[in-house]
Amino acid sequence: MNDFIILMKSELVVTAIIFLLLFIKIGKGMRNETLLPLIQVLLLINVLFSFVFNKEGSLFDGMFSTTSMIAFQKSILSLGVYLISLLCSGWLKKSEHLPEFFMLMLSALLGMFFMISSGNLLIFYLSLELSTIPVAAMANFDLEKRISSEGAMKMILSSAFSSGILLFGISLVYGTTGTILFAEIPSQLDNSPLQILAFVFLFTAFAFKLSIVPFHLWTADVYEGSPIASTSFLSVVSKGAVAFVFITALYKVFQPLEETWYLMLVTLSVATMVIGNLFALRQKNIKRFLAFSSIAQVGFILVGISAGNSVGIASVVFFILVYVFSNLAAFGVADIISTGSGKESIDDYKGLYKTNPFLSWIMTLALFSLAGIPPTAGFFGKLFLISAGAMKANYTYIVIVALNMIVSLYYYLIVVRAIFMDKNEQPIEKITISKTAKLALIICGAGILLVGLLSWIYDHIQSLIQ
Amino acid sequence: MNLLLIILAPLLTALAVLACRNKEQVKWTALAGSLAQLMIAFLLYFAFRQEKEANESVQMLFQQDYALFKNPNIHFHIGVDGISVAMILLTAFVVIAGVLVSWNIEKMTKEFYFLLILLALGAYGFFISLDLFVLFFFLEISVIPKYLLIGIWGSGRKEYSANKLALMLMGGSALILVGILGLYFTAGRTFDILQIANTTIVAENQNYIFPLLFAGFGVFTALFPLHTWVPDGHSSAPTAGSMFLAGISMKLGGYGCLRVAAYLLPDGMKEYANIIIVLSAIAILYGAFATMMQKDLKYINAYSSISHVGFSLLGIAMLTQTAVTGAVMQMISHGLMTALFFAVIGMIYDRTHTRMVAEMGGLMKMLPFISTVFFIVGLCSLGLPGLSGFVAEMTVFMGSWENTGAFYKIATIAAAMSIVVTAVYILRAIGQTVMGPVKNESYLSLKDARWNEKLAAIILLAGILAIGVAPGWLNDLLRPETGHFMHKILGIK
Repeated sequence: MNDFIILMKSELVVTAIIFLLLFIKIGKGMRNETLLPLIQVLLLINVLFSFVFNKEGSLFDGMFSTTSMIAFQKSILSLGVYLISLLCSGWLKKSEHLPEFFMLMLSALLGMFFMISSGNLLIFYLSLELSTIPVAAMANFDLEKRISSEGAMKMILSSAFSSGILLFGISLVYGTTGTILFAEIPSQLDNSPLQILAFVFLFTAFAFKLSIVPFHLWTADVYEGSPIASTSFLSVVSKGAVAFVFITALYKVFQPLEETWYLMLVTLSVATMVIGNLFALRQKNIKRFLAFSSIAQVGFILVGISAGNSVGIASVVFFILVYVFSNLAAFGVADIISTGSGKESIDDYKGLYKTNPFLSWIMTLALFSLAGIPPTAGFFGKLFLISAGAMKANYTYIVIVALNMIVSLYYYLIVVRAIFMDKNEQPIEKITISKTAKLALIICGAGILLVGLLSWIYDHIQSLIQ
Repeated sequence: MNLLLIILAPLLTALAVLACRNKEQVKWTALAGSLAQLMIAFLLYFAFRQEKEANESVQMLFQQDYALFKNPNIHFHIGVDGISVAMILLTAFVVIAGVLVSWNIEKMTKEFYFLLILLALGAYGFFISLDLFVLFFFLEISVIPKYLLIGIWGSGRKEYSANKLALMLMGGSALILVGILGLYFTAGRTFDILQIANTTIVAENQNYIFPLLFAGFGVFTALFPLHTWVPDGHSSAPTAGSMFLAGISMKLGGYGCLRVAAYLLPDGMKEYANIIIVLSAIAILYGAFATMMQKDLKYINAYSSISHVGFSLLGIAMLTQTAVTGAVMQMISHGLMTALFFAVIGMIYDRTHTRMVAEMGGLMKMLPFISTVFFIVGLCSLGLPGLSGFVAEMTVFMGSWENTGAFYKIATIAAAMSIVVTAVYILRAIGQTVMGPVKNESYLSLKDARWNEKLAAIILLAGILAIGVAPGWLNDLLRPETGHFMHKILGIK
């Protein structure tokens, strides 16, 4: 019993918050002005609590397991959710269904926690669904906008499709190995064609969730249609969680098939980077722009994953930590501007520096971090990913990756240029930023500047891996 | 002496600039900071001379080593030898001159000085790094400032130039990154320059890695045919930006070619030396002839920079001690000279609002100080004895001539021919702008240089003369180090 509470403490805390919100909702209800700070404090407690009382172990015959690495990954995800709640407070305050929004988001977070901790394919599938379906509802949260419903519809259909493929893959794995336990699958794998087919199906499901090319087509529409709070959750937290469990699946469960998946990873990561970059070049809407940029970023994450060893894990976890700060900062600025002025086109950003220097600097820092330019943390993140990928001595691949960094720099510079250099008769007017959002942007900015330079963070991540 | 001072001084200056309230404060803080940097650079020079006499055999002095990341094995390892000391001196000279000539910047003064100092920080850090990762970090740190300086404060097709420069330099960085990773894995998982220098890397691997590194740094230092960002970047940048780009930034590339590519991969260097000689001879001649066709003063200096920087690459590739010494001298000399050149062009442009040679004339009457400086720096550029250009180019030629073999002789002769072309375009440009009748009535009311401009010019002129009249001190500083390089590359003493 005691073990149960300690090992599942992150999940229990999140569940408790969900129930609290439920009671508030069905009870008398609260005004948004009081409810939102309460939620923010609860989420902060959730983040802080995730760093303490961590114990390693497994429950229910290995169905649920946790290690210090998993606990750290959960902390990153909680941090992401906390920052979103701060950044989007302007939009959230206006929302009529504030408690519902957080109930959905936290349910998805709960699903991700279970997914990362899962020890067999069944619980993995269930938690993956739990982490997807609420997000589709979140995508639909701009209730009066047609485009929002359209995005949600696209998301739910493509998720259903990928779940079908996943289930098919799982049944084939069970059929060929006779087990669904992660610990027992590797010893049963013998590279038979049917097993490889099963693996390809599983891989496809992951590719859908991570929006790896050619399974990325839903991404841009969903990102554009959804409110930015949902978009940033989808692109940062959800992607991070799937990347974590993807590593477990490849490194532990399908370790014997490494030759197969290395080739798949390399091919798909090149495709993802190239397509993501080329499409990002032509975007006019900041949300679609960030959608394609985040597709390209996934291509870089795959470079780290392809290393196939502990350095790969560390580099990916570190990159996602950096990505939380940089991408949320970018989305946060986009949200503040879209809520404050209703403008979402990159052309509208022209001359932004004159009127909103603070937002401009944060956006610039975030974009340079995404592009991987020092002294931002993104530089270290990209460099560790690439040096992990280079351990396989596949230098052609590394050269392609490095060249892709140049293309990505080009389109990030388009936005920077609009902000600082392009002239505009009617720039976006000065926007007042709420204190909470400002705090969150400062946290993100500090994270972007410091996470890389404080070398003990990366060393700490490495020390978490057994 | 604590080397951390060298990067702490610009860092603190940059932060202090951010904290300033008005334009006056910003300017004086930046000036005080750059003066402190200059003093630290001088202190470093004298401390280095003293320390070097005491232990001659030690290659890198004032070393400090802090572990940064355990895996990959990254250390914040810093130290200096004679070459880096000379480079730091150059940087400090250009920085203070750059701060002085930007005194009248009105648009976003605080941001301008902040970015300028940040750019300097990157250069200082680059020259003292002994760890490839840290070196790369500092090299890249200057990309944002360069881009914004040109894009915001530049002139002409500034957005295009800023983009082109950022992307081409990023391309160079990508090559360097792959090269550095190659070195890391072939040399036994270390980024440390001194450790890598002590390991033998198989010649076959060297031949793969060397071109990546040399071409990568070559982009920074305008190696033909990777030079195309130079004319656009330099001509669009604001005055101080051009000074920093040509005076410091291009030297990062040359230093990297020497310290990283040539020094760590001697077999690769020998393998590709002839190709580099051909490319740099082309750059020297092509740059000189292209300059002849230019009508805009900034383009004239930008193209002549391609030609002049070619000499330092030629010197490196000639692989004799004298030639390599000359190559480093050329970097220093060209840094000072071109910074002064751009400063003067900026001063003239501020007054006449044109950079077209044909539209000017007789400036000597109204602007005696500026015109005189322009004259001197032009003479330095064409290699007049007594100025730094002559010393550096002469040393490169003498070193090149030491090589036996028709190929080397022809390359040297071809490069030397460029001096004639240089004389043509320099004398023509100066003659048309400074001498002759005044073409525009409105120029008659122009005022000569202000105190800040005079000071900037005098500081840089002092550097040029110090090398030109008494090159001994620079030679003494560089020669032991280049000897060490030759020992490592050729395996001889």
